[in-house]
Amino acid sequence: MLTILFDGIAYGMVLFVLGCGLSVTMGLMNFVNLAHGAFAMLGGYVAVLAMQRLGLPFLASLPLAFLAAALVGIVLERLVYRPMYAKSHLDQVMFSIGLVFMAVAGTDWLMGSTQQFIRLPAWLQGRFEIAGIGIGRYRLFVIAICGLLAISLHWGFTRTRFGSRLRAAVDDARVARGLGIPVNRLFAVTFALGSGLAGLGGALGIELMGLDPTFPLKFMIYFLIVVTVGGTSSITGPFFAAMLLGLADVLGKYLVPQLGAFIIYALMVMLLIIRPHGLFARGRA
Amino acid sequence: MSAAAFEARVREALRAGRRWYPAEFLFWLAAFAAFLLLPGQLLLLNEVAILALFALSLDLVLGYAGIVSLGHAAFLGMGAYAAGLLARHVTADPLAGLACGMAAAGLLGLATSPLVLRGSDLTRLMVTLGVALILYELANSFASVTGGADGLQGIMMAPVLGLFDFDLFGRTAYLYSLSVLFLLFLVARRVVGSPFGLSLRAIRDNPLRASASGVPNGRRLAAVYALAAAYAGAAGALLAQTTQFVSLDVLDFHRSADLMLVLIIGGAGYLYGGLVGAIAFKLLQDGIASLTPQYWMFWIGLFLVLFVLGGREVIHGAVRAVVGRVARFGRGAAR
Amino acid sequence: MSAALQTFGLCKSFGGITATDHVDFALAKGARHALIGPNGAGKTTFVNQLTGMLRPSSGRIELMGEDITALPPEARVKRGLARTFQINQLFATMTPLEMIALVTSERLGRGRSPFRTLDRDATLVAETAEILTRFKLDDIMNRPIATLPYGRRRQIEIAAAFAARPSVLLLDEPAAGVPEAERRELMATVAALPEDVSVLLIEHDMDLVFRFANRITVLVNGRVLAEGTPEAMARDPAVRAAYLGEAAHV
Repeated sequence: MLTILFDGIAYGMVLFVLGCGLSVTMGLMNFVNLAHGAFAMLGGYVAVLAMQRLGLPFLASLPLAFLAAALVGIVLERLVYRPMYAKSHLDQVMFSIGLVFMAVAGTDWLMGSTQQFIRLPAWLQGRFEIAGIGIGRYRLFVIAICGLLAISLHWGFTRTRFGSRLRAAVDDARVARGLGIPVNRLFAVTFALGSGLAGLGGALGIELMGLDPTFPLKFMIYFLIVVTVGGTSSITGPFFAAMLLGLADVLGKYLVPQLGAFIIYALMVMLLIIRPHGLFARGRA
Repeated sequence: MSAAAFEARVREALRAGRRWYPAEFLFWLAAFAAFLLLPGQLLLLNEVAILALFALSLDLVLGYAGIVSLGHAAFLGMGAYAAGLLARHVTADPLAGLACGMAAAGLLGLATSPLVLRGSDLTRLMVTLGVALILYELANSFASVTGGADGLQGIMMAPVLGLFDFDLFGRTAYLYSLSVLFLLFLVARRVVGSPFGLSLRAIRDNPLRASASGVPNGRRLAAVYALAAAYAGAAGALLAQTTQFVSLDVLDFHRSADLMLVLIIGGAGYLYGGLVGAIAFKLLQDGIASLTPQYWMFWIGLFLVLFVLGGREVIHGAVRAVVGRVARFGRGAAR
Repeated sequence: MSAALQTFGLCKSFGGITATDHVDFALAKGARHALIGPNGAGKTTFVNQLTGMLRPSSGRIELMGEDITALPPEARVKRGLARTFQINQLFATMTPLEMIALVTSERLGRGRSPFRTLDRDATLVAETAEILTRFKLDDIMNRPIATLPYGRRRQIEIAAAFAARPSVLLLDEPAAGVPEAERRELMATVAALPEDVSVLLIEHDMDLVFRFANRITVLVNGRVLAEGTPEAMARDPAVRAAYLGEAAHV
């Protein structure tokens, strides 16, 4: 049972790294980017390719996944995302769904539709027991990395100049512009960072969530839950939302497997019923 | 001008909104004539008619009431499963199945409308998406009822009205679907031009002023949402009956996304947008499928992106020009 | 004599800010009443509570002696309370004809009917025509509202409120932003409203207020500072200090 909890935490951690970039970009530009998962998938495939084709070790492939996704993020933000900011939510949704479809089909074409696997290094394989709790080495590794990331992101968001500017811009972009904060550049950097984190999350998640071309579609709702439930004005909100989601999903699938993902969807709809406005209020107000 | 004469002008102007243009007669004439002119394409035409009905449903919600939805497949699936299950367990009569599908989907629409009426566009997108996903998971989980991933098989339909048997070439299927589409279109046209329809436009244009004008926004939106859900349910029932099969695919996300594209192509808010969009969409799909069948998804994605990035204005400009010319021609002929 | 519209200890606060502070206010039947006050005095917040767009924190609102505090906006309209907005709130894709027809159809309770038609409804047609004539909108009734000049749109704003056949009409700065030339005509429309309609005018322009109102309430910082005839208000030193003094220079 506690092993399940542990798995849930690891899963939630990965979800956090995957989703936190989306929550910041959504809060900053009030932009609905359903294609966020495509960046995660890109990171995953880069890691797979780096290990299989280039023979790089697992640890070296992780930064590569981050960089590749961040780079593509910068380019796409410049080229196609920027004209979208002023459009309606519906347009943004259509646009990003279009990107998801292209990414899914394109990946299918390039890489085939089969599930991808990676060979973890020996020291990350297997599990050990502490006080009767089975602990997977890889899951522990994931928790450590993601935990470090979460702490440094929180620190960066609350303590640095970049973070305070970012928070000001999320709060009210117009006022922030008036104060001389370069919101556009801020957004480009954040977008790249968020995409990079998604890429890293995608690489870390291969072992836990699997990786195939339908990844962005399959997990789209997960990212959205993290964002809707967690809100867009802090790092801690999405973090707890991701934890809750990870635990609920793993526990739900373990306890009542026949209901599948039903539990988390119901959870999301319920939360949206309880707080229909509050969740996004800050992003728009 | 005397008061009576002015009243007559007002009456005339109010009637103009619901007058039939000759181009509309042509459209429906062509739709029914296609039965004779394209005997080899009836199965495809049947799909077009069903998709058009589905799009008509979304147009009522999006084009007339301004509610964005990413989960319209929920109602399609509800109608399909309800009609399919009725045919398997109760009666094979198509019209009973149609009524059952519409009722089931309409009730689902009514039940979920409180969720959809609250919050911003973004919340609406999420909730509609969530409802569709929940239904998908439920249909997947309760395999004993729905057949799960294998789908609901062995649906045998009785002849329509006890007279017209379903055949392999889609003859009955197309006429049946097209007739249902036509009848429901007539109803929608009437509804849109009614005082109720006018109040929907008011809410879409400016909810604040609508409620300051005495419109109970919430109730009206719930009503049109349920109506549109019933329309989508009808499309689902037609799908189940004419293909004699219901799979999880009817609830899939891509159905809702495709539908958005259909309405984007045709344009929302004038009822014909969904119909025109459905024709264009199916032709496109058919054309691409004959070239690169497996990468349809890529193309649909590309179309979505291009449409939003600016293609829409181009296409709609062209459509408006053509429609304008036809309408002018029609009016000239009417005189 | 009971008032057409009355508030008792009406309060509204946003967070720590009190926008409406224990306002006891009465609008007499058939009144031509003006509500004035400097910017940020809480005039629009007050109107929003009267019409149900905002829920008061405490206090009570009565329309013709009936408690309407908890009613939604549309129910208040049905009971005879209509308003205009400081910033035009019109149906952009409609024509003036359609907009007036909508308000009329809602007043007649037709809006529920999905199968009626608008043009075969003799009462609806007659009433719509009457409003269009009264507000001189007949020449532009078939043009999209969005394409009309600002002054005409301001007229439609009032016509749409009046089409609800209100017993109480709240006009929130009807002349705001209207050029001087069209202002006269607009105020003539307001002055020509039937006498049995009680009118509350929220206005900045003292000239308009003194020409129109036979009673004035001065609202400052969410509180009623003074109330009385225009002459008394013009003389009141507190009012002069708080409001007229600064307005006199404008």
